[in-house]
Amino acid sequence: MNRRAGEVATDAATGRDLDDVIPTAAGDPVAPPPRGQGMGPDQETVWLSGTSAQLGGQTIWSDVSLTVHAGEFVAVLGPNGVGKSTLLKAILGLVPITAGQARVLGAKPKVRNAAIGYLPQRRAFDPGVRIRGVDIVRLGWDGDWWGIPLPGTHRSRTTRQRVHQVIDLVGARSYAHRPIGQCSGGEQQRLLIAQALVRRPELLLLDEPLDSLDVTSQTSISALIQSVRRSQGVAVMLVAHDVNPILPYLDQVIYLSRRGVVMGPPEHVITADTLSTLYGTPIEVLRDHAGRLVVVGQHDHPVQQLPPPRHAP
Amino acid sequence: MTAGLTGNLAEVIRELLSFHFMVNALRAGTIVAVVAGAIGYPMVLRRQSFAGHTLALIGFPGAAGATWLGLNTAVGYFGFCIAGALIISALPGSGRPHAGLGGFSEESAAIGTVQAFALACGFLFVSLYHGFLNGLNNLLFGTIIGITDQQVLVLLIADTGCLLALILLGRPVLFSTIDPDVAQARGVPTRLVSTAFLVLLGIAAGGTSQITGSLLVFALLVAPAAAATRLTAQPAAGVALSITLAVLITWIGETFAFFSPYPIGFWVTTLGFGVFLLATAYRRIADRIAQHPPITSPPQRVLSESTAP
Repeated sequence: MNRRAGEVATDAATGRDLDDVIPTAAGDPVAPPPRGQGMGPDQETVWLSGTSAQLGGQTIWSDVSLTVHAGEFVAVLGPNGVGKSTLLKAILGLVPITAGQARVLGAKPKVRNAAIGYLPQRRAFDPGVRIRGVDIVRLGWDGDWWGIPLPGTHRSRTTRQRVHQVIDLVGARSYAHRPIGQCSGGEQQRLLIAQALVRRPELLLLDEPLDSLDVTSQTSISALIQSVRRSQGVAVMLVAHDVNPILPYLDQVIYLSRRGVVMGPPEHVITADTLSTLYGTPIEVLRDHAGRLVVVGQHDHPVQQLPPPRHAP
Repeated sequence: MTAGLTGNLAEVIRELLSFHFMVNALRAGTIVAVVAGAIGYPMVLRRQSFAGHTLALIGFPGAAGATWLGLNTAVGYFGFCIAGALIISALPGSGRPHAGLGGFSEESAAIGTVQAFALACGFLFVSLYHGFLNGLNNLLFGTIIGITDQQVLVLLIADTGCLLALILLGRPVLFSTIDPDVAQARGVPTRLVSTAFLVLLGIAAGGTSQITGSLLVFALLVAPAAAATRLTAQPAAGVALSITLAVLITWIGETFAFFSPYPIGFWVTTLGFGVFLLATAYRRIADRIAQHPPITSPPQRVLSESTAP
């Protein structure tokens, strides 16, 4: 394993080898084997094989194959408009997969959504939203149940306990009872991560959770996601524009582009060769003294401002 | 104000309740106030007040049309308000509330158009039905006189159903208001919930119109709920407060209307406006006190490190 110092070892318990640059599970779709007989698609957290997705009759991406193992931290990178958010929505079954095979937590997409925590790409709450953070977190626990909660029951005590537990886990106790509109961007993000975590998911799908935050919050939210992943044993797929805040924690990178998808450890994927092939244009990858990566295209765009689609044929 | 109001309260109440029409007015007013307060809170949170206002106005052509055709006005109110709710929910973009993380939609222009057309229909029906002028005032500004036992019963049935359905929709409505994308991923049928909510809003508006008149439904639907959201950020407390304020406003408004020559709509609206102003002032002051001394956060002078090559 060609890891940099500071990078965490991957899922030592299962000892999976993640060194293949494009591990597409099995190359061809295979019938799910019975449980307990080796690593089949049904044992993986996410398993896509030759999948395509369409939105409004337009193919967003096609022939995407990837595998996310239990407990892995995976970044989804790629230029704007390439369908990174659509990938998460397809895993949730909110966007139909029109070709290929997909298994999510051992079932078809959407079937096991209760075990997935989802943080959509979003704007912030505006200051006028007068609902407390703790209420927002609670919606993740029982917001999809019909009716209204009855106070004083055993269930309401369990609910409150779990909600406070998860708020402590993300370190949001001091502002969880403030109206969410009055919390800062980083505080809102912590509360929304708590909402995604409250049902003890096996998979977290985070769509650009860092992008609207300042640098300090980016670092602390990244560290939070990593610590939650380790302590809760949850797999994380995180869409990002800038890979640097999460780079030390990543097991794999999924690089989505118009020319296909490449998956593998970051040091194998974020290379001049791989990215030049994906973009079809010469691209350099530089590393600064602190280990941060800068991707330089022909117009000298740093990594978080990759060439927009019109530059990438 | 007459001597009745300055006398002791028990005397006033006894005098009010000695008139059967006033008993009915209080019964009907309480029923619509409870439902208006309850549904107003999620409506304000969803920022669908304009849709609520339009639904209330749609009740006017309904009632005018029913009068013209010789039908019960309740049929017109509820029929038109429910149909209006279905039309508004079919408008593009209305499936997503404006609040929370749902993003903005362009529904207000389309709803405004529906509203103008509804008013035009109302005036057409009024002019088709000759000799209607006194009734027109009541349709628009409400009345406490002449609410029949049957009307109270119809309101009770409609609004009880509306309230039960609202309780059933409770959490999914809140979830899809605050965070429609996550709610949808969790299996909440957000589109259906949104349509059902508008229909319930239509029933509430249609019922309230019969007491306050179409133009002043807003007093009960919006003012107590808007005041409640300014006073508390806790959903359960917000709903309870909104209902309490709506009921109090109605009772006091009806009492004032009884002792004064002015219609109930005026009193209820004025009281609602007053409550809203007080709540807004309270929020301003409370926020200012909370921010004093101002929280000093370290200035963000760190240049974006990751952009440095």
